[in-house]
Amino acid sequence: MMPSTKPPKHLKMRAPLPVAPEPVKDLGPPKIEIRGLNFYYDQLQSLRNINLSLADLSISAFIGPSGCGKSTLLRVLNRMYALYPKQRAEGEVLIGGRDILGPTVDVAELRYRVGMVFQKPTPFPMSVFDNVAFGLRLSGGVHGAELKLRVESALRDAAIWDEVKDKLHADGRSLSGGQQQRLCIARAIAVKPEVLLLDEPTAALDPISTLRVEETLQALREKYCIVVVTHNLQQAARVSNVTGFMFMGELVEIGPSSQIFTSPKDRRTDDYITGRFG
Amino acid sequence: MKRRAVRKAKNAAFLSLSLVATMTGLACLGAILWTLLSHGLAAMSWRLFSQMTPPPGGQGGLLNAIYGSAVMTLFGILIGSPIGVLAGTYLAEYGRSSRLSTVIRFINDVLLSAPSIIIGLFVYEIVVVHMGHFSALAGCLALAILAIPVTLRTTEDMLNLVPVGMKDSSAALGAYPWRTTISVLYPAARSGIVTGLLLAIARISGETAPLLFTALNNQFWSTKLNAPMANLPVVIFQFALSPYKDWQDLAWAGALIITLTILLLSISARVILAMLQAERGSGR
Repeated sequence: MMPSTKPPKHLKMRAPLPVAPEPVKDLGPPKIEIRGLNFYYDQLQSLRNINLSLADLSISAFIGPSGCGKSTLLRVLNRMYALYPKQRAEGEVLIGGRDILGPTVDVAELRYRVGMVFQKPTPFPMSVFDNVAFGLRLSGGVHGAELKLRVESALRDAAIWDEVKDKLHADGRSLSGGQQQRLCIARAIAVKPEVLLLDEPTAALDPISTLRVEETLQALREKYCIVVVTHNLQQAARVSNVTGFMFMGELVEIGPSSQIFTSPKDRRTDDYITGRFG
Repeated sequence: MKRRAVRKAKNAAFLSLSLVATMTGLACLGAILWTLLSHGLAAMSWRLFSQMTPPPGGQGGLLNAIYGSAVMTLFGILIGSPIGVLAGTYLAEYGRSSRLSTVIRFINDVLLSAPSIIIGLFVYEIVVVHMGHFSALAGCLALAILAIPVTLRTTEDMLNLVPVGMKDSSAALGAYPWRTTISVLYPAARSGIVTGLLLAIARISGETAPLLFTALNNQFWSTKLNAPMANLPVVIFQFALSPYKDWQDLAWAGALIITLTILLLSISARVILAMLQAERGSGR
């Protein structure tokens, strides 16, 4: 390539980001609505007045530097934070039209409706089959042949069925890292949640496994409202319909991924996606 | 150059001191094992496992004592380990940093290193005195109290080694903490907890002082839990102090049996732990 003489454009060193699959079509009524959400770790406020709505059957990605609050936001959506003392959320969060922050909400039931996959694969110390059946058995009512069918369809949806169909009774921990993560996705979707949360699902995986997980997510878009937090900008651009940029506890900007990655409105978003900080 | 030589000399001196200390320790251990083996092996015979403890001058074995030790160790573990495991679970999963846990942890550490004779006296005071006589039951209780701190500590440590993500994943599926503990955390920490149980068995099967005050001894075959019961440590204590040659021989044999049992348990515990670590190392 010829060295260019136009400084400003090239000083920015914008990486060629692959643009999101589809510009947001009419994404339909929102699945998740957040109004005036504030979050506190003891005294420290880590989310400031978050307002947004996310559509069903789409992938929304949240990006931002470490400590910006994106994982915290995710942990509000299934109230994972409630497992730890001194953490509290204020405001209104509606999932499927139902408030989830209210004191009368059954947290176990909420988490049944809102599945979550973590950064590190966490297969349980049991067989592949039992891992996927775990959530179904918790709720009860699914037995025998139906249980087998549900496990198989979850493994198929997570694109790991072909790799594990002959070792359903092997320990889940004996799989490779990438397989373990897709097993965890299968475990989360086996109960048919309304929303699937993923907290940096590929951060601990090699590139090939990452690719497989991303393909899995693409396929799952047809069935679920998916929210993913990622450090990997290319990943957000590749898989998501909508991207939100968070910075210091604030939602700076949210919009169609194609727009966020090509013509962000906020200066801070631009700085972040062009690699000036974070 | 000179300073370097001085430093080298210091290092050599320190190294040799450490070596001498290590050798001294190992030599003591070797001497103990050698004495045990040379006296114990000579006294080994099938009679040990088929006959009761004899009166002085008579022929006999250790059957009643071996049986008593096995029974009291078994019941001691059956009573003590559930308490230890559940308390360890509480400390690791429920009251991680509460004030109550801090107090429990401190008391447990004290109990862990408390002289066992004090446990014996305690059970003597609250059980033997009230029953009016020595009994196997009191012996079981004393051993149970000794087993609690060992199992509590290992259970807590092993549960703390389970990755937090595993617990969170289970909660994220809508599992209540008790369900997570039973279905996910215990299986994940299983080999560690079992190791703790083996160590507890090793610990209590050789205790003498608590049994002297509780189960005492019994020259005859007895399976009654509310009567005094023979057991290896107290028989060894009695027979070894006696002036009779055949009693002394039996004491050596008994000591060898206990030592080999504990050795076996400790080795199994180590093997299990090593397997556990290998498992952790290979799996991500």
